[in-house]
Amino acid sequence: MISKILKRVYIALIFVFLYAPMFTLIVLSFNQSKSRAKWGGFTFKWYLALFSDRVVIQALINTLLIALISALVACVIGTITCLAMNRMGNVSKSILTGVTNIPMLNAEIVTGISLMLLFLFFKAKFGFVTILLSHITFNIPYVILSVMPRIRKMNPSNYEAALDLGAGPLYAFFKVVLPDIWPGVLSGFLMAFTMSLDDFIITHFTKGPGVDTLSTKIYAQVKKGINPEMYALSTLIFISVLILLILINRMPSGDKEKEK
Amino acid sequence: MKNNKAVKLLSAPYIVWAAAFIIIPLLMVFYYGLTNRDGQFTFANVLAIQQTEHFKSLYLALILALISTVICILLAYPLAMILSSLKGKNEHLVVFIFILPMWMNFLLRTMAWQTLLENDGVINTVLQFLHMPKMHIINTPSAIVFGMVYNFLPFMVLPLYNVLNKIDINVINAARDLGANPFQTFIRITLPLSVPGIISGITMVFVPSLTTFVVSEMLGGSKILLIGNVIEQEFTQNSNWNLGSGLSIVLMLFIIISMIMSAIFDKNGEGNTL
Repeated sequence: MISKILKRVYIALIFVFLYAPMFTLIVLSFNQSKSRAKWGGFTFKWYLALFSDRVVIQALINTLLIALISALVACVIGTITCLAMNRMGNVSKSILTGVTNIPMLNAEIVTGISLMLLFLFFKAKFGFVTILLSHITFNIPYVILSVMPRIRKMNPSNYEAALDLGAGPLYAFFKVVLPDIWPGVLSGFLMAFTMSLDDFIITHFTKGPGVDTLSTKIYAQVKKGINPEMYALSTLIFISVLILLILINRMPSGDKEKEK
Repeated sequence: MKNNKAVKLLSAPYIVWAAAFIIIPLLMVFYYGLTNRDGQFTFANVLAIQQTEHFKSLYLALILALISTVICILLAYPLAMILSSLKGKNEHLVVFIFILPMWMNFLLRTMAWQTLLENDGVINTVLQFLHMPKMHIINTPSAIVFGMVYNFLPFMVLPLYNVLNKIDINVINAARDLGANPFQTFIRITLPLSVPGIISGITMVFVPSLTTFVVSEMLGGSKILLIGNVIEQEFTQNSNWNLGSGLSIVLMLFIIISMIMSAIFDKNGEGNTL
């Protein structure tokens, strides 16, 4: 009984630790005063200002576009790579796995500067495209990591049976293989999208002047004092994701049944 | 057989991509790090780590990363054990709880700690209200450790949770039946079985802590420089790519050591986050 209470208290403490900053930001988004240190009364003005601030909206659009495109491209490349890796010999498979591990295990700052040097060397124009290429690069490993176990578990006879029954390879892939590995692809996509959304370091080194994501915009404001609109925006993002997750969890989904 | 070859060809896009955006960029770091501005070979950029201010920043980063990693293990292990004892019921929820904060920007989250830890910040106001002594933590190395633990704790919890969740409950029951007490069961059974998760957690916390420049910049004031800050400044302010690359090579040595460690201890990828 006591140990049960202790367990609850421990989880609650960690929860407070993890969510205290979230709570702080939400409170600050309603703060009349621009200073972080004092409470100047309740206001919605930052939310209203947010919607008419073209610069912030543009940064938001950039962030979402980069996250969406990079996660989609990473999903396609990652999934077909997994299909191929499954048929590979041990040597080529471990080499490819090793290379895939590099962006995951290497320090973000090193990945960031290595890509910066690459773009500098080829005199690429730093901007949306360079950020996008970099994000795809660090997203592919997340997709491979979440699709690979699904492919390994898959029964290869299903695919062969489909071929024997006259399906073309493409048709068999979409009708038999893809439904089987879909949960892995989906969680890879979500992981990649989240990583891209939250990334600052790699974007910092691969962005060009004039193109900003929310992260780089916030970083530029850190020293001057952050515009409270940013608190309002992140509160909105946080609340919408929270609602989305609750809805997904509440849904009597058939998927969970199938997994069991 | 022919079909097999065609499937293997599907890896071509990624092989090209990995060569262009993973391998070649890394080689470029080595190229810039081992040459001077005129493109001549030199070890000067790598050896620059011996200069007092560079060495100090690396040393401090190593110490702080080590402390953060230890604190993360101590915090995460009991948590992962409690979470895995819930078995099944809340599995999705657990992961969500740790992924959810990532949807609020990393920089804003760290900055929020500034507000909380400041000398007149929220925590000190609460302490004052309770008639307890104030904490002077902001702009000290402790604040940086605080920020590291906060930001990287999920990377320790998730792999630990994964390995602990996979331990067969019958193994533990068998140990108890054979007369081991809970402590012995933990030391002899649970702990050894969770080593892959611990190792994977250590690399996932240690590497980002060692190399961060954001946490130290935001919570340490601008006076405390870690190796990450030095490298970042060489690239963005001093435009000395050769020196920055040279120092990165030194940094990579430590990363490679932890990669090898995780490869040795975690052969089957059991500690993988996903």
